[in-house]
Parts: sequence; C-alpha cells; structure tokens
Amino acid sequence: MALLDIITRFFAKDNVSSKDVARERLRLVLVHDRASVSPEFLNKLKEDLIKVIREYLEIDEEALSVDLENEDDSIALVANIPVKGFKRAG
Amino acid sequence: MKSRVIVITSGKGGVGKTTTTANLGTALAMTDKKVVMIDTDIGLRNLDVVMGLENRIVFDIVDVVNGNCKLKQALIKDKRFDGLFLLPAAQTKDKTAISPHQMKNLTNELRKDFDYILVDCPAGIEQGFKNAVAGADDAIVVATPEISSVRDADRIIGMLEASGLNNARLIINRLRSKMVKRGDMMDINDILDILSIELLGVVPEDESIVVSTNRGEPAVLETASRAGGAYRRIARRLMGEKVPMLSVDEESVNFVDRFRKILKLAR
Repeated sequence: MALLDIITRFFAKDNVSSKDVARERLRLVLVHDRASVSPEFLNKLKEDLIKVIREYLEIDEEALSVDLENEDDSIALVANIPVKGFKRAG
Repeated sequence: MKSRVIVITSGKGGVGKTTTTANLGTALAMTDKKVVMIDTDIGLRNLDVVMGLENRIVFDIVDVVNGNCKLKQALIKDKRFDGLFLLPAAQTKDKTAISPHQMKNLTNELRKDFDYILVDCPAGIEQGFKNAVAGADDAIVVATPEISSVRDADRIIGMLEASGLNNARLIINRLRSKMVKRGDMMDINDILDILSIELLGVVPEDESIVVSTNRGEPAVLETASRAGGAYRRIARRLMGEKVPMLSVDEESVNFVDRFRKILKLAR
C-alpha cells in the first residue's frame, strides 16, 4: 500500500472499505430481485399486517418494520412489531 | 468429438462478452479445433471488428435464416486460422428478424462441421437473449467486479436456469488487483459467494485488450498479454483440462514466490 493511501485511509471519515459497502448493498438488492418483490408489495403487506394485529394488540405503527432478509440461502420475512400494550379481553 | 454450443452472456452491456467470444474462439482454434463464432447482436454487430474481419462480410445471419444464401456462403473464414469462422450479425435489421426456433436449427446445422459453436449474446434480457440461448448446451456468464454487473449476472443466471441451462460458469473480467488489495473492489470470493456458480476464470484489467481491439487481433495471439494468457487458460478449461486458477494478485504473488525461490537456492 502506498504511503499516500495509508494517510488518506487514516484521515478518512470512516474506514469501511468501499468493497464491503458494495457487497452489502448488492446482497440486499439481490434479496429483493430474487424474490421479485417490489416496495409497493411490502407496503401493502405491512398495512394488512397492521390491520390484523390491531385487533389484538396495541402496536407502535410508526416503528413497525417488515422486510425480506437473506439467511443462508433462504429468504425470511422479518417483521419487527413493537407492542405498546395488550387489549383488555372484552 | 461431440460438438458444444456455448452461449456467452452477461445481462449488462460493455462487460466484455464480444472480447471474450473473440479470444476464446481464437484460443480454441489455436489448438486446431474447428470453431465458429456467431454474432447474435443484430443491429449492433461488433464481433466482426474485434476479429478484424469487417471487410469480408457479404451475407449475415438474417440472410441465412431467410434463405437468401447458403450457410456456407455467410461463414467468414478467419485470416489466421483455417478452422476458425465467423457468422456475422445483420447490421440493418433488429432482434426480431430471427426466432429462437430458427436459431436452434442454425446451431444444429453447424454442429455437423464444428467442434465449438460460440454464441455472442447481446446485452439485455429480451428477444436477443432468447435467440442466443435457444440452441445452447452450456453458458458462460461474463461479469466485472461492479455492483451493476453482478446484479445483472444474477438475473441472467436465473433466466438461464429457466431455459434449462443449469450449468452456467462465470468469467470475472477486468479485475484490478491493486484495487482489490486496498479494499476498493470486490474480490473473486465476494462475487462467487453472491452468485454461487462455478468459476471458469478470471481476466485481469489489461490495456493490451484495447490495443488488440484497435488492431483487430485478439489478445490471445499476443504472448505477452496478461489478459490474453488468462483467456488461453480459460480455453483449456473449456476443453476439459484441469488448469489451476492463478492468484488474483498474480504479479505480487509471483514476486514473493520468486523471492522465496531465490532464498531457497541461496541456502
């Protein structure tokens, strides 16, 4: 590595190499490509999930996240749904 | 020997499909194989200029499928090798001028006379791609170490599988070892992890490709060309030979190896 590279790296804001950034971005974009899922599809799924869960639980709708993730060659639907409280049994 | 129809594809344009086709075709012909290269990029033909055969074109692939000429009349014999031929694309028509069915018949006809039929596929996933893969037994996917190219390669691998080509192999083209070393370019393993297909070979970024394309002489003819050497090794792998992959970092590894050897000799 040239001295200039070392100096530039030392003063860089973050030292994550650009290829790691590329690899991560690529990994994520391919999860969506491979599942052929559009952002609209995920939004619709999210709205429907909220509708159903709201019947049973008080949830933080703003903080709710639904996403597809890639885990060892398989794709998982991962939903993170913060619960504010339980609805009293009527 | 049973002949093989091999499609060279990538999805993204400008990653080196035509250069790869020209170099592999020439390298195979150098070992006395009978080889024909088909340019299926109708409307944007280029394999003729990369091979330096642009002045010899009389008929093209569309003339052949429409019966305007005999197949043998459209085949252009290479200036350097007796067993090497080019079937050029038409420049004035578009991709719909031929159908996958016609393409399959054409490659089957060529099997009678050739050991290797290399099909240079156009960029994109439309009709041109479907034509190019129609008669193929094997596929080579060319990708450069960039997000856009690897993403498109992933899409193409899926489409090849949908066409029954499950044995696609990868050529990583234009790898810059210096950038890989400083962490600014994805390395071979990053790409293989993501695409999970077999690696056929790695071609380094090399100015000699530009020079050889300027002259219409494929780089494999140039003994000193690093990219040419990589293509010659890939051609041997295509013929079923076991040729070890050289390190990404060929130059510096060689330097270290040489240094070690010198130390051993000194002892």
